[in-house]
Amino acid sequence: MLVLSRKKGESIQIGEDIEIQVVSIQGDQIKIGITAPRSIEIHRKEVYQEIQSENTSAARGITDLLKIIPKTNKQ
Amino acid sequence: MRLQTKYHGEIEWDQDLKWAFENGIPGFPEEKEFIILPLPENEVFMIMQSLKSPDIAFVLTSPFSFFTDYEFELDVQTIESLEIETEEDVQVMVILTVHEPFSKTTANLQAPIIINIKNNKSKQVVLNDKKYKTKHLLLSENYEKVKE
Repeated sequence: MLVLSRKKGESIQIGEDIEIQVVSIQGDQIKIGITAPRSIEIHRKEVYQEIQSENTSAARGITDLLKIIPKTNKQ
Repeated sequence: MRLQTKYHGEIEWDQDLKWAFENGIPGFPEEKEFIILPLPENEVFMIMQSLKSPDIAFVLTSPFSFFTDYEFELDVQTIESLEIETEEDVQVMVILTVHEPFSKTTANLQAPIIINIKNNKSKQVVLNDKKYKTKHLLLSENYEKVKE
């Protein structure tokens, strides 16, 4: 991993069109501003990992699904 | 064409309805096309089956009958990438993690599936609203209503 030191207000440029700026620093919390094309998805990593992991659990599925799931035909 | 599926065995599929996920969904980046299969005697739940992988399928439901105050704002990025023109063209579904007994089943309200019904472009959107998590019990007081 490339590690760079930056001060408040300074930025990192990634490629042509992604900029990451240190907006503010308070104690152990850093606010980061990201400028990127709309096609680039940006997520808090732990949130994204949780979605991945929940999708994996959901896809694991369940044998006998058809028996477990309630029948809901409208009368 | 004949298609192997996770819950329906081998089926004949006529290729009319197919949801297209340009980048797959989180955890499944290679699954870019899903078809929707109904469940027998069931109008509330359905299966979203990967076209490519027979063993990848999700149970979906529309969230609004279970979570009546569920609401969120779609981000501009999603609206543009799905080419959404009006709200009426948007269908919202959520993925269920089914457990036995079914009363322990949870719904992922943090990452709903958004479909533009005009062009079938789809995306699993990750919401930033802290109200919504990946595991909301689907049934609580609603259980009896669904069972009947």
